[in-house]
Amino acid sequence: MSVFVKLTRSELRLYLREPMMAFFTLVFPTVLVVILGSIPAFRAPNADLGGGRVIDLYVGISVALVLAMLALQMTPAVLATYRERGILRRLATTPVGPGRMLAAQLVMSMLIAVVSAGLVLAVGRIVFDVPLPAQFAAFAVGFLLSAAAVFSVGLLIAALVPSGKAGNSIGTLLFFPSMFFAGLWTPREVMPKVLQRIGDFTPLGAGERALHDAAGGHWTNPLSLTVLVAYMLVFGVAAAKMFRWE
Amino acid sequence: MAVITVNHLQKRYRDTIAVADVSFTVEAGEIFGILGPNGAGKTTTVECLAGLRRPDGGEISVLGLDPGNPDLRRRVGVQLQESQLPEKMTVREALELYAAFYPEPVDWRKLAAELGLTEKLGTRFAKLSGGQKQRLSIALALIGDPEIAILDELTTGLDPQARRDTWDLIESIRDRGVTVLLVTHFMEEAERLCDRLAVIDHGRVAALDTPAGLVASVSTEQRLRFRPSRPLDDRLFTELAEVREVRHHGAQIEVIGDGNVVHAVTALLAANQIIAADLRIEQVSLDDAFVQLIRNRG
Repeated sequence: MSVFVKLTRSELRLYLREPMMAFFTLVFPTVLVVILGSIPAFRAPNADLGGGRVIDLYVGISVALVLAMLALQMTPAVLATYRERGILRRLATTPVGPGRMLAAQLVMSMLIAVVSAGLVLAVGRIVFDVPLPAQFAAFAVGFLLSAAAVFSVGLLIAALVPSGKAGNSIGTLLFFPSMFFAGLWTPREVMPKVLQRIGDFTPLGAGERALHDAAGGHWTNPLSLTVLVAYMLVFGVAAAKMFRWE
Repeated sequence: MAVITVNHLQKRYRDTIAVADVSFTVEAGEIFGILGPNGAGKTTTVECLAGLRRPDGGEISVLGLDPGNPDLRRRVGVQLQESQLPEKMTVREALELYAAFYPEPVDWRKLAAELGLTEKLGTRFAKLSGGQKQRLSIALALIGDPEIAILDELTTGLDPQARRDTWDLIESIRDRGVTVLLVTHFMEEAERLCDRLAVIDHGRVAALDTPAGLVASVSTEQRLRFRPSRPLDDRLFTELAEVREVRHHGAQIEVIGDGNVVHAVTALLAANQIIAADLRIEQVSLDDAFVQLIRNRG
């Protein structure tokens, strides 16, 4: 087994030992779908949504929620803690180096994201008859781009904060507006036009819109695509430039 | 053969000069100590050696290579001050993972046994005592079977028993042929372990010698303290060439002198048939030598 696989497995094991974190990132988005789906009105066609159902929307929103929790709440806290505790510094004195640990941490997060999102889609489909994304390739692209954008933001937080606690606080602070624009409290589709427009320029607003497009059988709209790529480039490069091992 | 050569090392952080001018060499197979008060530039020197910081001036060679050379990451084991592990990682997991980092690691089970960690293999890092954490940290520095081990402030925060155990351990590391560079601010530790020492103060080398050599360079003063079996005249002592001073502490007499003062005083007491009760002889310790070295420079 390669060193990278061992590192990733080790990170995964440590992740599973944080029951709260594991519950919220792996199970909670699906629980949310189940709770909302239990409300009869949310399972009925809704005129405001052009005949769509609320539960159909919340499958996409829950997938965005998975990414938000992993990228904004978990990643900055974990990486800043690793730096604060000198773990990255110790790695810098070994042949492996802290860069590979960072990569292992991101690969692990993506594995969790895929499993958790898959669970949301499966439960949505099996329990509430939410159709799987009509354009599955577009859904996958939207998912990956949203992940790239929001993880870039998370990595920049990790680069800038002095401690794990600070990383967690700032991540949580960004989590709420991000998820607001992704429609967690009011689906994007029923938001006032102004809020929708603002949301289009946030990573998860754009991300949720891309997922929604794919669910309806369309390719990702150019605006969301541009916004997601821009977040990835600007925040990703800034994070890479500013990240310190100690 | 020198395995580490440091020549006029310089390192500054913004306005403060951490290392002004440090030079020394470390020979293969020795335990070399870097001793100095807090903030003297010890850790910065070590971080430059470990390739974690780029020096602003001077040259460093480790095993004939530049400290930034990636090859050194597997040939030099480093135990840094305040480097921890994830709280929920167990001792076994840490050893297995770090062993996988190196091309030819030592058997981690054996290493764990040598370090007294076998019973703690299933314990998570957060649940280890300070001494156990420190021993695990040493194990991780040695797991790649390095030629040089750099150990920074190894025993800080350990209780006296754990500290002594750690000292035995370092001697056993040296016995395996590993060159040890030890950073410390404990005199007792330096005196007990190090073949040679560099005393660093204000970013410069204040002295470089064996522990005994350092003590001798500062002073050859010795003190005798005892309770004589009958009162006697101070002049008996002060007439001796070796005696510098006589002091009284209640019933006790303290005689201070150089060189052969111990022999001269005991001979005198014997000649006068005086019994010296509670006799104590104090020599200058490395502690005193260190304080004096630093003070002379201040």
